[in-house]
Amino acid sequence: MSLSVAAATRLGALELDVTVDVPAGRCLALAGPSGAGKTSVLRVVAGLLRPARGRVRCGDDVWLDTERRVWRDPDARRCGYLFQDYALFPHLSAWRNVAYPLRGLSRGQRRRRALALLERFGVADLADARVGRLSGGERQRVALARTVARDPDVLLLDEPLSALDARTRAAAGRELRAVLGGASVPSLLVTHDFAEAALLGDEIAIVDGGRVLQQGSASELAASPASGFIADFTGAVVLTGTAAPGPDGLTAVALDGGGTVVSTDRREGRVAATVYPWEIALAPPDAEVAGSAQNRLVGTVGSMTAIGNRLRLTVEAGQPVLVEITAAAERTMGLTEGDRVAAVWKASATRLVDT
Amino acid sequence: MRRLFGVAVVAALAVALAFLALPVAALFVDVGPGELLDSLDDQASLDALALSLEVTAIALAIIVVVGTPVAWGLATRRFRGRAVVVTVLELPLVLPPAVAGIALLAAFGPDGLLGDALDSAGVQLVFQTAGVVIALVFVASPFYLRQAQAAFEALDPALLEASRTLGAGEGRTFARVACPVAFPSLLAGAALAWGRALGEFGATLIFAGSLQGVTQTAPLAIFAGFATDFAGALALSVVLVAVSAAILLGIRLVARARPAL
Repeated sequence: MSLSVAAATRLGALELDVTVDVPAGRCLALAGPSGAGKTSVLRVVAGLLRPARGRVRCGDDVWLDTERRVWRDPDARRCGYLFQDYALFPHLSAWRNVAYPLRGLSRGQRRRRALALLERFGVADLADARVGRLSGGERQRVALARTVARDPDVLLLDEPLSALDARTRAAAGRELRAVLGGASVPSLLVTHDFAEAALLGDEIAIVDGGRVLQQGSASELAASPASGFIADFTGAVVLTGTAAPGPDGLTAVALDGGGTVVSTDRREGRVAATVYPWEIALAPPDAEVAGSAQNRLVGTVGSMTAIGNRLRLTVEAGQPVLVEITAAAERTMGLTEGDRVAAVWKASATRLVDT
Repeated sequence: MRRLFGVAVVAALAVALAFLALPVAALFVDVGPGELLDSLDDQASLDALALSLEVTAIALAIIVVVGTPVAWGLATRRFRGRAVVVTVLELPLVLPPAVAGIALLAAFGPDGLLGDALDSAGVQLVFQTAGVVIALVFVASPFYLRQAQAAFEALDPALLEASRTLGAGEGRTFARVACPVAFPSLLAGAALAWGRALGEFGATLIFAGSLQGVTQTAPLAIFAGFATDFAGALALSVVLVAVSAAILLGIRLVARARPAL
């Protein structure tokens, strides 16, 4: 069974107008900045928010249809909703939290089912613990067990990893991916992090200002973002400027704040030139330019951050350029903040999109 | 400056503590153990104490059973005229007790609005223990309602929403999540209402009278005794304070015995 959602409603300053369809067994990640209306879509599906106009269909069940005046209460919708802060009941032990949705069973049966679910998520030994005593990762597992306890028809996950510390997040993300991969029902996931969306979603819908801006797989979005905003969201460097035909059939973009870059894309007028930080190399500021198909922006080295064996740094060249190089490459250059350096990348790695 | 303010805070605390504790301490200083034992032999005092415990327990039960769903409704629903409803429910807080007594007479007294209806139904309230309960519920319920409403409004909405998405209707969510999580605050509200009911004097006197063993609660007995038998009144006061303190302490302990949320 698949999930089909259409919702249009006013939420304070936000005009929400979203239509999404999720096939059975697939996970659609709604990704975008906070305040974009992502969570509101989940709330409409779960029946926690009643839109002015909208329709929610799960398989053959109609949960909401404002035109035909159909409304089902949240408790009659069979949604597995994982809340951002997990919303575990503080007055109940872990197993009683998981057993909460299990009805019409004896106490013994409920405990056995709850224990089996906790076991599935590797936290059976915490069954009798108060949830206030659990760590973030443990809470997330208990909450997941509770969410799937009554075999929901739809999984709704609101920022499932954001309440975890960085170390727990990677492992929890892999586990969650396995859970979603094994689910036979449609899943909707909300995140503000593109990498998380790429990890957990089969498809990603970029949401901003209450609308879906672009939908596709993570690699599609990264390869051909529909706008500078989406490129920026996928982690690309975004440089704004004005495009005009240049030498050798390339397009030359005169950047705001100085400098020119070339691209193999053909466009004219206001554009955003985008490139991924790992496509960029660093060179001495006075080195020869290899050819016309090479981009080169000279600036000073701003902040530097080591991430494992990589180094992230910004080159302040009119507009900041985020560069990601290997730690080994950095050692050979011996960079420090304030050094003058050239950021170098190919015209073919430069995408031109709407600003 | 900062130092000065710290000193001022400590000084204010000392003054408040001395002022509020001194009269209570004086009660205990004035009553010797002998007098205390004598007064406990006095039938009128014992009757008054027993009656006070009985009527406040009944009144508190009514307040909690009816008031908890009312507070839930006010906390979770937005409707036209809600502010008016809340104001009406809180009005007894600011009514002078004597006015409350007169108002109760005007409503439920023999010549009151519902007097004939109650009479034909065979219900007697004035000069009856039931009348005392009515007076206590009237003056004490706003204390519980206010606190319970605030407690429900302070609940994390995600908990209630989680309960709904897990298949529980509103009633089950109220009983299984809202009340248990808000329990410490509800208990505090009940303690406030109970304290107000135990000390109730004016409304009871005017509406139900002061008949020994029927409507004469401990505060009324103290007032009756104060003119004729000051020592006895003093002794009963001490017992009342001790009983109140014991019950409040008990509630504290119950609230604390629940594991930290």
